[in-house]
Amino acid sequence: MSISRRIIAVTAFLILVFAVIPILIAVSGRKDFYYTLSSVALLSMASAGVWLTFHIGRINIGQGAYALMGGYVSAILVMSYGVSFWWTLPLAGLFCALASILIGLPILRLRGVYFAMVTLVLTEVARLLALALPVTQGAKGITSIPLPGAVEVFGLTLVPDFTMMENPRIAFYYLSVALMTACFALMHRLVNSRIGHICMSLQQNEELASSIGINIAQIRVIAYAISSFLGGLAGAVFVAATQSVYPSSFTVADSINFMLNCFLGGLGYVFGPMLGTLVLYFGWNLLFETGRFQLLIYSALMIALMLVLPNGLLSLGTLRKER
Amino acid sequence: MTFLLEAKGMTKRFGGLVAVNNVSFGVGAKEILSVIGPNGAGKSTLFKLISSFLRPTAGEVLFRGERISDLAPHIAARKGVVRTFQETTVFRNMSVRDNVIIAHHLRSKASLLGYFFATRQAKEDEAAFGRSADEILGFLGLESIAGETARNLPHGHLRGLGIAIGLATDPAVLLLDEPFAGMNHDETMKAVAMVRKLRERGLTILLVEHDMQAVMKISDRIVVLNFGQKIAEGTPSEIQRNDKVIEAYLGIEDEAIGL
Repeated sequence: MSISRRIIAVTAFLILVFAVIPILIAVSGRKDFYYTLSSVALLSMASAGVWLTFHIGRINIGQGAYALMGGYVSAILVMSYGVSFWWTLPLAGLFCALASILIGLPILRLRGVYFAMVTLVLTEVARLLALALPVTQGAKGITSIPLPGAVEVFGLTLVPDFTMMENPRIAFYYLSVALMTACFALMHRLVNSRIGHICMSLQQNEELASSIGINIAQIRVIAYAISSFLGGLAGAVFVAATQSVYPSSFTVADSINFMLNCFLGGLGYVFGPMLGTLVLYFGWNLLFETGRFQLLIYSALMIALMLVLPNGLLSLGTLRKER
Repeated sequence: MTFLLEAKGMTKRFGGLVAVNNVSFGVGAKEILSVIGPNGAGKSTLFKLISSFLRPTAGEVLFRGERISDLAPHIAARKGVVRTFQETTVFRNMSVRDNVIIAHHLRSKASLLGYFFATRQAKEDEAAFGRSADEILGFLGLESIAGETARNLPHGHLRGLGIAIGLATDPAVLLLDEPFAGMNHDETMKAVAMVRKLRERGLTILLVEHDMQAVMKISDRIVVLNFGQKIAEGTPSEIQRNDKVIEAYLGIEDEAIGL
């Protein structure tokens, strides 16, 4: 894509998410969409992390664990230590990144289905830990978490106090979408830089990658840490928006969904997880109308889509180009 | 003679099986040394031991007098001992040129963060890698397929690409894993010429091979393995006259060892 076309695409995206969608919501009066779309934005960030682990050739079904971890870190810091929510955001991400380095060092040696299984268990371990640890307050969870306060720098209010707002959901929408935009900008740069090519070389052949001098263990851990950072960040904002966190806030089903989002959007495209999350989230909700057939139709559609479009929805664009 | 790369008392046991038993030899600078032997003689194991992809049970590999046998493969590569693989081991979903560019990893001066922020050093690196990749592909006569995706290449070109990837790391010693396997006579002759050109570039070559004719033609010295043990070492003509070698290959027609 030429530079001018890229600028147009980025501008169009920014106008869409920061202006057009809020206007549409205001006109239609469907205020609930603020919450729905914030969720999509946050879930797509967590999915972007999963996508990055796919990029180094690992199937990651454990992102729910880090989303839960990030949520609890933020909630505990806010509730027990009175830390501002805004500080807990990066801290939650960093905590998850550090934890993932410790967890990743041994398990990233595993490949294919073995790594996938371990990460799947990881989500369940996180849930059980949240149930058992005193600091997470067991099944009761942590509730009535205060809304984020204002961000002021030298008396200048950058972000207004969420509690003073008529509808904090709108503020959460802007926060989530801003974070998502930053996340995907970062991912786009990462994947198109030499780092992305190094990740891809790992995905295609780790032995060959190490024979040309790439420290594969290091690259794997870095990618996994970035992935978990994004998961933790998304979890922290999610918890702040719902003002509560429970051991079941993120479960194995969420972890699987993060992975499916990547599949659906397309593993070969950075923006795949964003589109995948949007389609999957709304698709699932639309199917709610079908009542008890919801899961059946949903599963059948997913299977059909993977058969017809194994490279994801975004491969539709390139298919047309090839013809 | 001082050796650039030296294997001393290399032994590798897998459970009760001794795959390589107390094998020692050395490779001088700019030498072409071949390791041959019947199937199951332990050639592949020895190859992996020397390239640090396996750890020896006993013995060591010295490169410029320094022990490299306990290092991770990417550290051994950084020191200058780089292996190639058999043909299917390339980055299949990248173009040929991208395969070679990524293999310039060891020549990176910029850090990973530098690449992320596209610092001046990173841009210089990328430009230099591109130029060098083109030079290597030209040197190996692969410039016409630079844009092809690796998975679509025929066998002969894949082998060439494997060598191009090895060259991009700028090694002192290049270890070639059966570079002539599955090639017909013409292809083998081209590949032999290619390996000779590598030596002219200043590389030291150690190769493991089945194809006797090619080995006899190309090698300065040959090491023969049988049942994990070194049974002979010498120039091609010495090896051809060696009774133990002929015995080991008994059952193979005489022409096969170039007699």
